[in-house]
Amino acid sequence: MDMSGEVRIPATQERVWAALNDPETLRKAIPGCEELTKISDTELEATARAKIGPVSARFKGRVTLSDLHPPNGYTLTGEGSGGAAGFAKGQAKVTLVTDGGATVLHYTVKATVGGKIAQIGQRLIDGAAKKMADDFFEQFSLLAGGASQAASQSQTAGENAHSPLFEVPLWVPVSIIVAGFVLLGIVLMH
Amino acid sequence: MTAPLVGASVRRKEDFRFITGQGHYTDDISRPGQAYAYFLRSPHAHAKIKHIDAGAARAIKGVAAILTGADLAADKIGGLICGWMIHSKDGSPMKAGAHPALAVDRVRYVGDHIAIVIADTLAIARDAAEKIEVDYELLSAVTTPDKAQASGVAQLHNEAPRNTAFQWELGNKPETEAAFKAAAHKVKLKLKNNRLIPNAMEPRAAIGEYDQGSGGYTLYVTSQNPHVARLVMSAFIGIAPEHKLRVVAPDVGGGFGSKIFIYAEEVVCTWAAKKVGRPVKWTAERSESFLSDAHGRDHVTEAEMALDAEGKILGFRVKTLANMGAYLSTFASSVPTYLYGTLLSGQYAIPAIHVEVDAVYTNTAPVDAYRGAGRPEATYVVERVVEEAARQLKIDPAEIRRRNFVRKFPHQTPVIMNYDIGDYEASLNAALKLIDYKEWPARKAEAKKRGKLRGIGFSTYIEACGLAPSAAVGSLGAGVGLWESAEVRVTPTGQVEVFTGAHSHGQGHETTFAQLVAGRFGIPLENVEIIHGDTNSVQFGMGTYGSRTSVGMTAIVKALDKVEAKAKRIAAHVLEASAADIVLENGEFKVAGTDRKLAFHELALNAYTGHKFPTHEIEPGLKESAFWDPLNFTFPAGCHICEVEIDPETGVTKIAAFVAVDDFGNVINPMIVEGQVHGGIAQGIGQAMLEHGVYDPESGQLITGSYMDYTMPRADDLPNYKVGLTVTPCPSNPLGMKGCGEAGAIASPPAVINAITDALGVKEFEMPATPLRVWQAIQARH
Repeated sequence: MDMSGEVRIPATQERVWAALNDPETLRKAIPGCEELTKISDTELEATARAKIGPVSARFKGRVTLSDLHPPNGYTLTGEGSGGAAGFAKGQAKVTLVTDGGATVLHYTVKATVGGKIAQIGQRLIDGAAKKMADDFFEQFSLLAGGASQAASQSQTAGENAHSPLFEVPLWVPVSIIVAGFVLLGIVLMH
Repeated sequence: MTAPLVGASVRRKEDFRFITGQGHYTDDISRPGQAYAYFLRSPHAHAKIKHIDAGAARAIKGVAAILTGADLAADKIGGLICGWMIHSKDGSPMKAGAHPALAVDRVRYVGDHIAIVIADTLAIARDAAEKIEVDYELLSAVTTPDKAQASGVAQLHNEAPRNTAFQWELGNKPETEAAFKAAAHKVKLKLKNNRLIPNAMEPRAAIGEYDQGSGGYTLYVTSQNPHVARLVMSAFIGIAPEHKLRVVAPDVGGGFGSKIFIYAEEVVCTWAAKKVGRPVKWTAERSESFLSDAHGRDHVTEAEMALDAEGKILGFRVKTLANMGAYLSTFASSVPTYLYGTLLSGQYAIPAIHVEVDAVYTNTAPVDAYRGAGRPEATYVVERVVEEAARQLKIDPAEIRRRNFVRKFPHQTPVIMNYDIGDYEASLNAALKLIDYKEWPARKAEAKKRGKLRGIGFSTYIEACGLAPSAAVGSLGAGVGLWESAEVRVTPTGQVEVFTGAHSHGQGHETTFAQLVAGRFGIPLENVEIIHGDTNSVQFGMGTYGSRTSVGMTAIVKALDKVEAKAKRIAAHVLEASAADIVLENGEFKVAGTDRKLAFHELALNAYTGHKFPTHEIEPGLKESAFWDPLNFTFPAGCHICEVEIDPETGVTKIAAFVAVDDFGNVINPMIVEGQVHGGIAQGIGQAMLEHGVYDPESGQLITGSYMDYTMPRADDLPNYKVGLTVTPCPSNPLGMKGCGEAGAIASPPAVINAITDALGVKEFEMPATPLRVWQAIQARH
């Protein structure tokens, strides 16, 4: 599966950034996300549950970062297992660019699925993953807008590359989003 | 006298129970105390198994056992076998990679078997399977035959360098090359025969059982040939000696070849039944069937025909790459060789033929016989190239065939086969009449007015059935003889039980065999019972495949001959006449020229009471058996013509007309034969227009693994067929029959594709003809 997209979020990069750095916001925005755990500076784990029609599966995913160029881009390598549902492996490149008062997030994902999910729904994975991405950004944009006050406040408190509220680098939530695309989009097919 | 039963369209005796849900399939059987099996399968196309940790899974309540390849090896259970030895052109034997029933250290296709989980319920078994941790080291995968022999690609078996199982040839190369030098015309085509996934309505299933008291095993299994399953599991795999292994194949809901083979699941369930001390039952989910039933076809071919100025074929050379999948399945090696190369002469007198076949391993499900098995591939090659020759030479497609038909019989082809009889012109002419060929240009013009592209395609096919004289197949590498056996048991009250080694999984044997017996003895059809599918009741058998029922029926005829001869001897004593004067007429044994007679049931009772004949001369009872080894293949042949209409805006292709005229020799039940033709054509149209088994070329995942992606033909995809029969009675069996079960699937794909290429005006076109492909071909013309 290959997927790429560009999302224009109607908020300053700082606001988007702050929201992206809020694990609670991300957890709410990623459909079915139950847990996010940072293992090291370049590794994290996500657990997400997806229920589509009669099928429910819990995916555990692990994401590793490389080609780290904060705050502009990264390569993420993710792998997730859904037990009997199969597995997903993926790689994603992510960039964030300020565009006027808004922020453009560009992503390209290349993923492989295996086992039952590959067998059952290969044909629909692209469309479903795309829809998953759209759903995420719709929800995220709402949440980011709502968090704008806190974001701008935090901005005045400390002008650096990290959120003063959550000492988490930007790549962590982005990687979760991408891992979410790879894993959850695929779970739809099960 | 009533109308003869043989040749009548008698309704199928078995259908009432099938359509009212009263059949007894393997999954309908439950054994006391049975446990349920779930097979953990590889999600990867190619990987080393570094470690299997089943500890957490075994701890789950209700799990009886989790067994792996290591356990099979510890019990010295052998691997699955390929029973047909093919030698490469350099004389070396084929290179069969080891095929353990449960993977030992490596998995080679998605769906390969890793462990059996046996539990009180299927749900527990599935849950436990999810807890098994397998540590894989992933390897690269190769899935298509054209890539398999390249350097640097995944290597599947150490035994088979360059993933090559064998490099086989047949025919005469120098003579063929000479024919090409003398040719006025050469016609060349590249062809692919798409991979098909069999979809019998009933998925595979197995119940293994072990009786501690007797030390015997019983296997209930969805098999087309229970005796062969017993032989292989005993002699090669080593489950148990034959007399301690009973194999029962009850009602089986479709096979199409895919249930010939001896699969991992039935072997493992039988073996595991003793390990856990309980019957072990497994039924495939449809998803598992897609992954692990042996697939069909998957050839890549280059074929070239040499013709003289008048369109007479001088020579034919063919190079084929056959995808065998990850392992050689039970009869896989025979399919792209002796079931394929031997049919490359088609209906034509071709002086020189040479065929080369490289069989290669890939990280895909094993490929083996599927309805037609090699003959559809051969027919596709021959009939596509002949049609293209007609176009290049600007000769009518019917006419070019006429110029090349074999007309003198017997006819020895350059590729082993000796055609015994046929009249190809007769079936061609009948088909031309059925399709109304004279009006074809008008139909094409009329379609054009409506904006549609209409095309016509021919297929004058021949195939070889019966599989076949044992000595002949033995000399070609078969590990078994291919006779058939039957036992006819007349009861004291005059009913007849027929035990046949043939197996019915949709063919209607219970009706056609009963017609034969009832017709012979003049007794009611319902007084005849056909019994098959149990090694404990049927003396022996080789099963049903390759449209070989003519062999099974001839074995019955031979047993009936013996029964009749003995009955006449008994009747002679009872009626106080000479045996030579006894005749069997309308169900009565009569003394010729007198009114003295015995009804069939009276004769039967006399045979068992033994009161009126000397039992020291004639044994009491009336039960005879026979084995029949066929004298030759049977050679059904005929002509299928297809007309398509294509919407050039969308690429949607409709079959506008389809006619099939077949020569199956003498026909026992025309309605059943017509049903076989309909079903076969449906499968052939499925191959030509809809079905395609596809693996992702990088990951090796099966991406057509469900009915969402693998398109089976539906009623609205199929036309109303016009079918007809011509008859040249087969000289090699007493009933004059030929096989009819596979002809439709063999003949129809080239007819469809010839029609589509005619409509589009293109030379090459790959099956299946999806609207997208047709549309792309239309766009490419501009």
